[in-house]
Amino acid sequence: MSVRRLAPADKQPKDFAFTKENLAWAEKQIAKYPTGRQQSAIIPLLWRAQEQNGGWLPEAAIRHVSEMLGMAHIRALEVATFYTMFLLEPCGKKAHVQVCGTTPCMLRGAQAIFDVCKRRIHHDPGHVSAGGDFSWEEVECLGACVNAPMVLIWNDTYEDLTADSFEKVLDGFAKGQPVKPGPQVDRQLSAPVGGQTTLKSVKA
Amino acid sequence: MAKIIIDGTEVDVPPEFTLLQAAEAAGAEIPRFCFHERLSIAGNCRMCLVELKGSPKPVASCAWGVRDCRPGPNGEPPVVNTKSPMVRKAREGVMEFLLINHPLDCPICDQGGECDLQDQAMAYGVDSSRYHENKRAVEDKYIGPLVKTIMNRCIHCTRCIRFSAEVAGVPELGATGRGEDMEITTYLEQAMSSELQGNVVDLCPVGALTSKPYAFAARPWELSKTETIDVMDALGSAIRVDTRGREVMRILPRVNDDVNEEWISDKTRHVVDGLRTQRLDQPYIRHGGRLVPASWPQAFAAIAAKAKVVTPSRIGAIVGDLAAVEEMYALKDLLMRMGVKNIASQDNAPFNPEQGRATYLFNATIAGIERADALLIVGSNPRREAAVLNARIRKRWRAGKFPVALIGEKVDLTYPYDYLGAGPDTLSDLVAGKHSFAEVLKGAERPLIIVGAGALARSDGAAIAALAAKAATEFHAVKEGWNGYSVLHTAASRVGALEIGFMPGQGALNAAAMTKPSALDLIFLLGADEVDVPPGTFVVYIGTHGDSGAHRADVILPGAAYPEKSGLYVNTEGRVQMSNRASFPPGDAREDWSILRALSDTLGHKLPYDSLSALRQALFKERPQLARIGQIVPTGPADIRQLSSLKGEIDKAPFRGAIDDFYLTNPIARASAVMAECSALAEGRVAITAAE
Repeated sequence: MSVRRLAPADKQPKDFAFTKENLAWAEKQIAKYPTGRQQSAIIPLLWRAQEQNGGWLPEAAIRHVSEMLGMAHIRALEVATFYTMFLLEPCGKKAHVQVCGTTPCMLRGAQAIFDVCKRRIHHDPGHVSAGGDFSWEEVECLGACVNAPMVLIWNDTYEDLTADSFEKVLDGFAKGQPVKPGPQVDRQLSAPVGGQTTLKSVKA
Repeated sequence: MAKIIIDGTEVDVPPEFTLLQAAEAAGAEIPRFCFHERLSIAGNCRMCLVELKGSPKPVASCAWGVRDCRPGPNGEPPVVNTKSPMVRKAREGVMEFLLINHPLDCPICDQGGECDLQDQAMAYGVDSSRYHENKRAVEDKYIGPLVKTIMNRCIHCTRCIRFSAEVAGVPELGATGRGEDMEITTYLEQAMSSELQGNVVDLCPVGALTSKPYAFAARPWELSKTETIDVMDALGSAIRVDTRGREVMRILPRVNDDVNEEWISDKTRHVVDGLRTQRLDQPYIRHGGRLVPASWPQAFAAIAAKAKVVTPSRIGAIVGDLAAVEEMYALKDLLMRMGVKNIASQDNAPFNPEQGRATYLFNATIAGIERADALLIVGSNPRREAAVLNARIRKRWRAGKFPVALIGEKVDLTYPYDYLGAGPDTLSDLVAGKHSFAEVLKGAERPLIIVGAGALARSDGAAIAALAAKAATEFHAVKEGWNGYSVLHTAASRVGALEIGFMPGQGALNAAAMTKPSALDLIFLLGADEVDVPPGTFVVYIGTHGDSGAHRADVILPGAAYPEKSGLYVNTEGRVQMSNRASFPPGDAREDWSILRALSDTLGHKLPYDSLSALRQALFKERPQLARIGQIVPTGPADIRQLSSLKGEIDKAPFRGAIDDFYLTNPIARASAVMAECSALAEGRVAITAAE
């Protein structure tokens, strides 16, 4: 992990406000907590702000959320810089690729995925590609070890990747027609590759 | 009470004690970094590890309660070891981890010589490092003009964060990032706005936060330390003045639980450079519109020549905010001998010592705030008028069940309050029971009513004092064992002046009347800079700084500033405290009482004391209560009842704050560049909030 800083001022939008739908949703979240404990809603609100802002969290949003919850700005900044799931720098407009680099994925060829990222997106994680459409970062285990290696893009995981199939995933996002999430080989969820291996006598 | 065995000795302690407190009760010393008695428990430095029998691992004693310890198998008291080899090894391990990322820059660190980490490394450090990787590097942060940061040195104890959020009540400091990359900062590196921020420097156990104005100025072992009393506000906070040679290098707080606990305001701490600049170091006489340097005899002769030709009824004296009791006594004594009755403090407060001492004291006492269970503030902004007292109110508020209401200017006090109204009308409505807060006060066991200078230092002040006293009696704030009628003064000299009767008597002029055009021919200003003397009056200014009083003066007699003399000060509670001399007045300047003694000889009314102790003897004979240093002579509730029965005309104008600029209230602060910078920053903040 490294020091996390807010994006430089020239990348920051001037202000931020929740859309009408998100504001209604946020108020519902805040109402879950007893009076005087509204600050507990900080993480869901920051997360929604990040989603609304195209996947990253600007300073104005941190300020906006902290004011909504009646807490000091610095308290919200503490939360936003603590959790790596909050991106403080702008990310790719079409896809922000989170590549799992933990042991099972590494053993099953995550290095090939990293190589594709470095070649197609940017040499370094956390930077947007030339067109501004893509960005990537390495993350810790995302819990799909059976289907390693895998990546997470927005809310969906793409599993059982090879360099080729990962390129197809990226092509899909580039065209605006993402491939189907889940395993990119012939298998259902985390069932065995190539169909059942046991209980074959049992008829469905 | 709970029994616990610490290092083989059984002690009996309250069950809510932590192991650390219990160990201290048993006489064992526990090293610590993050733990501080007046802050919440964090438990993150792990330096206070002790061995608890039955626990497989050492436990952090600061965060482990005595009542959480399991008794032995046969019901024996829990056993704690603070000196076992296991404890020692655990603490050495913690120390090694702390030092992994701590730079070895003690020789260039301002904390060197008074550093907790340095001291404890002597006990628990090892002589070499097993860590060969690069140390962590952290960018330094800007957090204001008073606190310098060298963030490589930070050990993440979070004391500064807890102080700003809990005691100061201005949650500006925080920790961004996590783990090794955690960094202490303010939001977007804005300057801190608390008037107590200087205390984080004292709290920092390492050299990460140091005093910016004092940076690289001196080493602690070069300094002579003098324990004395602060005069920047009416609290009389306990301070320590550190000097090198004749120069005051810095001011630090001392612990005095009755007054300032262990905090002081930034004005108290950082006024130091004001003691060096703009000083008056020799007498001056005005010749043809210009002030010309003169000798003492020349200056005295000029005054005597003037005094000879004016009648006593056209002579007066006004005393400023920083004067000690001795010089006010000497000045009063001299003027009485000359037949002059026009003597007053510069703020025109309406107090009358003849009505009893309780009518002008903070009767509840500062420590008594913690016993109060409801608070009404009338015409005061304690955050500006007495920042440390405001922290005490906040401490009481944090303890819970403490409704606060304010009548006066709407300001941020760092704790929430009911805003009742702006002026005297609201107060009379409240007394009449027309406000819901009246019920709260009536239901309270020990209601506290703080009356500030904003309500009293105006022409109808006496009537408002009576009205506030009526509120106090109405809401049973004055009874046996509790007197909640509390006047919050703004200047260190004020109560002392009242105690010796430095007030205009019957038929005499007060400060406002004395400064009307052609009211007087000769006026003595004893450090009074906030008065505007009209042309035509001959002004004798006795003071320390080239401030407005000196600019107006016809004769300047250079005096001694508060660290340069020993003097008695009576704080707003009526507590008599003696300050000690830490340094010497510059050049030809002299201690104020001796100036007045020498002047009295020239004027032909020789004062009968040749030394400060002889003066004090005469003073104590006249006012025996002033001899009780450090104590408060108790007052009776009868004075307040009597005060409440007085009637007077009340002006409907809203209460105005007594202090506009916290950082520039007196000549010393106005001479300080540091205070000027703080003031400019604060003004900028005000402009921003106004624009929003």
